[in-house]
Amino acid sequence: MAHAATNPQEIPAQQSSFRKSLSEPRTLVNTALTVLALLFSVFAMFPLFSVLYMLLAKGATQLSLSLFTELTPGAGMEGGGIGNAIVGTLVVVAVSTVLALPLGFMGAVYLAEYGGESKLAVVVRFCGKVLTGLPSILAGVFAYAMVVVTTGSFSALAGGAAMAVLMIPTVMLTAESALRAVPSKMKMAAFGMGATRAQVVTKIVIPTAIPGILTGVMLALARAMGETAPLLFTALFSDYWFGGELLKPIASLSVLIYNFAGSPFEHQIALAWAASLVLVTIVLVLNVIAQIVTRRPEEH
Amino acid sequence: MTAQQLSPAMTDSKRDSDIPTTSGTVPVLKAGSDPGVVMDCRIKTLHYGSFLAVRDTDIPIVPNEITAFIGPSGCGKSTVLRSLNRMNDFVNGFRFTGSVHYRGQDIYAQHVDPVAVRRSIGMVFQQPNPFAMSIYKNVAFGLKLNNFKGNYDERVEKALRGAALWDEVKDKLTTSGLSLSGGQQQRLCIARAIAVEPELLLMDEPCSALDPIATRRVEDLMIELKEKYTIAIVTHNLQQAQRVADRTAFMFVDTSAGGRTGYLIEYRPSAELFEDPREERTKAYIRGEFS
Repeated sequence: MAHAATNPQEIPAQQSSFRKSLSEPRTLVNTALTVLALLFSVFAMFPLFSVLYMLLAKGATQLSLSLFTELTPGAGMEGGGIGNAIVGTLVVVAVSTVLALPLGFMGAVYLAEYGGESKLAVVVRFCGKVLTGLPSILAGVFAYAMVVVTTGSFSALAGGAAMAVLMIPTVMLTAESALRAVPSKMKMAAFGMGATRAQVVTKIVIPTAIPGILTGVMLALARAMGETAPLLFTALFSDYWFGGELLKPIASLSVLIYNFAGSPFEHQIALAWAASLVLVTIVLVLNVIAQIVTRRPEEH
Repeated sequence: MTAQQLSPAMTDSKRDSDIPTTSGTVPVLKAGSDPGVVMDCRIKTLHYGSFLAVRDTDIPIVPNEITAFIGPSGCGKSTVLRSLNRMNDFVNGFRFTGSVHYRGQDIYAQHVDPVAVRRSIGMVFQQPNPFAMSIYKNVAFGLKLNNFKGNYDERVEKALRGAALWDEVKDKLTTSGLSLSGGQQQRLCIARAIAVEPELLLMDEPCSALDPIATRRVEDLMIELKEKYTIAIVTHNLQQAQRVADRTAFMFVDTSAGGRTGYLIEYRPSAELFEDPREERTKAYIRGEFS
């Protein structure tokens, strides 16, 4: 083969056929690896689809108007719904967003535009990364100590605080990378026109990064929404509607699932399936919204 | 309306400051050591950290002319251009000795706010860099920065016409500036720069990312624009300098001290420089013996 390079005229004579043949070892390996990769990707999807299948099979039969409009039934009782838990989850998530969004967002603006590689920024960024891996139950412990003990009661606020602890690092780090992704040539254009740093940040960098920032918020929300552990001893649970009082215990879908799934009563178990389906649907919708806002139609 | 009226920060600081300039506080255009020079650039040394990037480069820029900076890669021509509106301030370790007088005022003086300087001097970059906002808002951006209170529609149209882009975009002013082609984007950037009617427009290889047809349009545009504005352009393209520039500054790289330090070889009217270069290096460069 070595002589082929020195004498190009001989190459066509040697290559008699371009036909693809499975008897060729490298073609065989290539095909086998492709099939293997395909197989494993299907396996990776399997848990998701089996869970969805179970939820639809067991939960869909429970879907009715009363599921969304009625309170959770007591032990051994028939009827009722999960209305208070749906509202509760939304309230807790709203509280946590109000707490986490400004902190995470302003932190991201600092990290991306002002902190650079300064010591403070490096420390904050590192802590953020550590916090993303924080076991969620510890977020609950934190909120218990900070809010429940201080105010003297389990509450929606405590639940929201626990979830906010989980959301802040995700919001901050994804928003930082979205802000950093704004091309520096765009920033230079604004500086070149005589914009101050604050003007560049507020008029160019943030508006350009908004889709990416929203994606981070949506993903953080979707993650927080499914958390049970941090709510168990912060928001607790309530069999009543949310009455506008943030300092009282509040129902949530995840805690409802946790409580009812272990219940000896058939009806409560069925409601847990339905609640799971509703929760997964909400999370799915949030993820789809995140996907849509990330796609920037204006860029060709 | 002129740039002076549009940029109160600049004119105010002129009026209020008692910083003695070479000719005192005579009216704006007449100020400076030479009334025939809008931007008097006298660079002694320009460092990035310990690296001497440019030395001994004096380029007086004459109003209503196009001044081209040419020279081999790394000769510091873009660095010189960026020091004319203090864009080098963003580079870590930037140090400067010498002076740059814009209409008689030293823009490197202690009291000068670089933000105010940049508001009065327009800049067009090598890569088209419209903002991720509508065409209209792109052009209106500088007007808003300057707290312009007049008729925005009128000024946006005027700027887009000035940049020879109006006919192509007049029906889609609300679509994103990023949806335009490269050549259109660059003309949008020019429109954005001239919307505030700066007296001086700095262009850093504005055509290097454009195809020949778009390049030709931008060149024609520059020749139209010099009726009202002064233009300083960095270009790699000798034919471009010959076609559009009234004066050309040829810079070269000095490697004798071990580094790569750019300095001015020759600055003369383009016709003379290209037809009868004085310096051997200019001759060699124009003949294409090195790049």
